[in-house]
Amino acid sequence: MLNQIIFGYFAVTMISLALIVITRKNIMHSIVYMLILFFHIAGLYLFLNAEFLAAIQIIVYAGAIMVLFLFVIMLLNLREELRKSRFAITWPIGAIFVVLSAVMIIISVFGNRFANVGNVKISDIEKVGHTVAVGKLLFVEYLFPFEVASLILLVAIVGAIVLAKKEIK
Amino acid sequence: MELLWEISIIVIKIVVVVSVVMFHVAYATYFERKVIGRMQMRMGPKEVGPLGILQPVADGIKSFFKEDIIPLNSDKPVFYLAPVISIMAAMSALAVIPFFDGFIISNINLGILFILAMSSLGAYGIVLAGWASNSKYAFLGGLRSAAQVISYEVSLGLSLVGVMLLAGSFNLNDIVEAQSSSVFGFYAIPQILGFFVFIVSAVAETNRPPFDLPEAESELVAGYFAEYSGFRFALFMAAEYIGMIIMSSLAVLCFLGGWTVPYYVLYLFPFLGAVPGVVWFILKLYACIFFYYWIRATLPRFRYDQLMALGWKLLIPLSLLNILITGIAKLII
Repeated sequence: MLNQIIFGYFAVTMISLALIVITRKNIMHSIVYMLILFFHIAGLYLFLNAEFLAAIQIIVYAGAIMVLFLFVIMLLNLREELRKSRFAITWPIGAIFVVLSAVMIIISVFGNRFANVGNVKISDIEKVGHTVAVGKLLFVEYLFPFEVASLILLVAIVGAIVLAKKEIK
Repeated sequence: MELLWEISIIVIKIVVVVSVVMFHVAYATYFERKVIGRMQMRMGPKEVGPLGILQPVADGIKSFFKEDIIPLNSDKPVFYLAPVISIMAAMSALAVIPFFDGFIISNINLGILFILAMSSLGAYGIVLAGWASNSKYAFLGGLRSAAQVISYEVSLGLSLVGVMLLAGSFNLNDIVEAQSSSVFGFYAIPQILGFFVFIVSAVAETNRPPFDLPEAESELVAGYFAEYSGFRFALFMAAEYIGMIIMSSLAVLCFLGGWTVPYYVLYLFPFLGAVPGVVWFILKLYACIFFYYWIRATLPRFRYDQLMALGWKLLIPLSLLNILITGIAKLII
């Protein structure tokens, strides 16, 4: 019963926070709400015994990515943004895409097409600790996808530098 | 009943830690002014009480009773929120620091990661304060802080990876115990590269001189908190000093052996074993805090491009090299 109540609190708060984030006119306020949202996501991970994931959620998303967002937003002219209308002219096109992707998500959820359940049980994770369990899986079983992902990130970094540099000496 | 007992113990621990730390924050300002005064051939505070010992009390009373000025065009909710975020992030990191054997508010497996997460959260207080004040100087201070914290957080985290590799844990208790049973008794020698990177990044992460560009007095008045006054200003100051205490404790716990003394020292001077662990911890902590003041009095402020070049071109490659060396050494031994 307690589990359901806690999950219910997290689910309701997260969805309402997400709605608040996208409906604020002032982007700075959106960011503050998004910060609270990230903490709720981390809290949900903690209830799943995934403490490493929770810490990484805060460090990477709240600590790095959101600060970068803030950095970019501070360079924009917010006072002018505030006076503009809330919707761009192209909003019907966006709405079509949103409805289509919502349909897709609903179909996939009700189609029960989840990925295979892994063979690591919660009792195993509790025995060695979540960090060790994640590390073993990433670097032993899924080493190749992990390296591919890091290579893709490297490509993105190199691309960003090439784009940012006006002329390469 | 048992749960109630556990909760009350935790509450008592929190009260003890917060009051001791706040006392240290107050006297860290006094200590700083005295040390820097002496280094600059001055006397430091000496009017309030004998040797100026009551100066922090006077400062506290003054900041309480000062008029609280809020700029007219500021974003009020964010303006109120920013100092709270700062102090909350700084204070909650105290929860996972073991001050001596067995005394820790919450002994979680992810001690180091939790501290890193909270120190990165502290940047929000600064950035939001800079933005909400609606002032050029505060804004520039906030921008600088955002870039600086992102850059130095990377090297701060990477410099601790060597320690985690050697100890095989994120738990600060385990790290201290692994150190006391290692060859040198503390990790500052085998992790000399990591220790160097950690010191530099910790100073930059807490926005202390010579990396205090977000609040550079000579360029930005007071930087991100230029528009804050009275008690909100005091909250920012307290957050900065708590940040210093946390980074110093992290250095003590991860590199200087925490509350333990190396076994060879104990072998040479057996009577030192009678000294309680908390004394060692506090002595090492004071040495680290003194180091903060020392470099503040000695080194001139960095230029902004120098700061970024140092972070990305020197510290991050060095910490990566340190991880490589530590990993290979651990494989061989």
